[in-house]
Amino acid sequence: MEDKKSIENLEEKMQQWENEKLKKFLEKAPERKETFYTGSNIEVKRLYTELDVEELDYLRDLGFPGEYPYTRGVHPTMYRGKYWTMRQYAGFGTAEESNERYKYLLSQGQTGLSVAFDLPTQIGYDSDHPLAQGEVGKVGVAIDSLKDMEILFDGIPLDKVSTSMTINAPAAILLAMYIAVAEKQGVTPDKLSGTIQNDILKEYVARGTYIFPPAPSMRLITDIFEYCSKNMPKWNTISISGYHIREAGATAVQELAFTLANGIAYVEAAIKAGLDVDEFAPRLSFFFNAHNDLFEEVAKFRAARRLWARIMKEKFGAKNPKSLMLRFHTQTAGSTLTAQQPDNNIIRVTIQALAAVLGGTQSLHTNSRDEALALPTEDSVRIALRTQQIIAHESGVTETVDPLAGSYYVEYLTNTIEQKAYEYIDKIEKLGGAAKAIEKGYIQQEIQESAYKYQKDVEAKNRIVVGVNMYQIKEEPPKGLLRVNPEVEKRQISKLSELKSSRDNDKVKQTLEELKHKAGTDENLVPYILQCVKAYCTLGEICQVLREVFGEYKPQISL
Amino acid sequence: MVGHKTIRVLIAKPGLDGHDRGAKVVARALRDAGMEVIYTGLRQTPEQIVETAVQEDVDVIGLSILSGAHNFIFPKVAELLKERGADDILVIGGGVIPDEDIASLKATCVSEIFTPGTPTSEIIEYINQHVKK
Repeated sequence: MEDKKSIENLEEKMQQWENEKLKKFLEKAPERKETFYTGSNIEVKRLYTELDVEELDYLRDLGFPGEYPYTRGVHPTMYRGKYWTMRQYAGFGTAEESNERYKYLLSQGQTGLSVAFDLPTQIGYDSDHPLAQGEVGKVGVAIDSLKDMEILFDGIPLDKVSTSMTINAPAAILLAMYIAVAEKQGVTPDKLSGTIQNDILKEYVARGTYIFPPAPSMRLITDIFEYCSKNMPKWNTISISGYHIREAGATAVQELAFTLANGIAYVEAAIKAGLDVDEFAPRLSFFFNAHNDLFEEVAKFRAARRLWARIMKEKFGAKNPKSLMLRFHTQTAGSTLTAQQPDNNIIRVTIQALAAVLGGTQSLHTNSRDEALALPTEDSVRIALRTQQIIAHESGVTETVDPLAGSYYVEYLTNTIEQKAYEYIDKIEKLGGAAKAIEKGYIQQEIQESAYKYQKDVEAKNRIVVGVNMYQIKEEPPKGLLRVNPEVEKRQISKLSELKSSRDNDKVKQTLEELKHKAGTDENLVPYILQCVKAYCTLGEICQVLREVFGEYKPQISL
Repeated sequence: MVGHKTIRVLIAKPGLDGHDRGAKVVARALRDAGMEVIYTGLRQTPEQIVETAVQEDVDVIGLSILSGAHNFIFPKVAELLKERGADDILVIGGGVIPDEDIASLKATCVSEIFTPGTPTSEIIEYINQHVKK
């Protein structure tokens, strides 16, 4: 590649090709468009050659899998060793119903659990709270206390499965419940593997399930980092998430940039709290989206690994190789799924899942075809899981590490995305870091601009969405959608009042008071939350105590 | 067609749902179409939404919900508007709402519901034609 003479020769030959062959060809057969763009508006050239990756230095920029800068993957053998974890996000209604769905998924070959909680649980309200009305058990399972959590994992050996929990503001409480359930199964915390999402910054910009203001929220997060680094060596303490940022409308570059900027903020907060970077950084994990533009997505994942490794090494001086590795979960893109001709979504999800696998993901959720209409049915979830299994066992893409490396186009895109993301991160740093940039509404504005541009492009047909703005058909309303039983709310409320009359209420009062007191100090809160949980304090009670000390986040509205 | 007064629209996110990409995109599109748009932000109770609508003297309320709580929240907003004598406000909805619910909601409490994939131009046209002046 470095041979100057051969580069000059290639330049000359290419010029010749353009002048002689291409020009004549274009006169007879013009291209479909003047300019071509990726899904995220990076201009795409007609042809990529060595000239586009002239600066690429194999050992410096790609290296070997399992070695810095990890562009080619975090493990030396990738999927030749073992496949990614197939992990479908699921949960609805009561703990009993969700437990049944988990057992079904495990029986179908799923290898990890991923718990979806309902909105009241995510925002720290019990099922009988006035704001919970109409929302109980709707987008996930309702968990009010350790009692529900015991039912949720009944008959599922927690030392054998890994569990991911999409829980953010009250992450410490749900983690404590998980530890307590495991204890009842005779499993100690050090044996537990899984992830809590625990990423509050992206809640402020994209997902909306915040409770407390940034400072006490960051304190809870660093408390978890510290507690887990001592007691739960196999637990991922955070899943720094670009997924929802992308769903809210960000481009691939923005998804990567804003996620890593948030990552930097967490690392800085933990260091400020007195932790050593190599103690907690190995347990940081990431969560990205996979959209339809196959090569751009693969390049994004590769750029993510390289950029994070460089940041951790150069900015934070991390030495443990595990601190430098960006390990990630991927979910296919809910926002690309259409309510029109929903079976087409199976194909979209296949392309997206392929991008995640070619990009070296550690785990994957494939969306179900009916998600633009309702919660997925069991049939739809099975097809989504089978999609992963077909890619794993039949496509052949798993047999070699990072198979798209060396493609001029993919390497060019990897470089471009890394550079553009870096420019954003630099800008955010100049604004005072991610938390400040969020406070100023900068990140929200950037995402909204992209979302609105996308919508205008679709309406102007600059972008084609099959079945939506082209190839439409008359359709019958879809049948057989999953509906959450409206009785769930009543059942959950009566379970809650039974619990409150049967537990040791003195113990409840005492543990809550102790937590309240400790929340005002700078002691680690996880052990005190664990005490509350074991005394069967409810999630709402624990959050209420913390609300009293920490206050609540008041978002600024930007449009 | 509309009269000379600018149409005022309240875009609201009721309930605990945090998905506001759609609400914000619609708000921007209505504004670009010459309407005055107020966006409530997240986690609004039906009471807060109706209060804002009355205070701001809006012609249209657009409710966006993707969490499945529509069968509770939409009727509640309509009921409160009636109590306040503000039921001349055009109420429209959007989000992930199953067809079978749309029929009953349209019969009782909203004029129209726009589901995923609807062009914003269709919403603009609908408002221009149906707003009560």
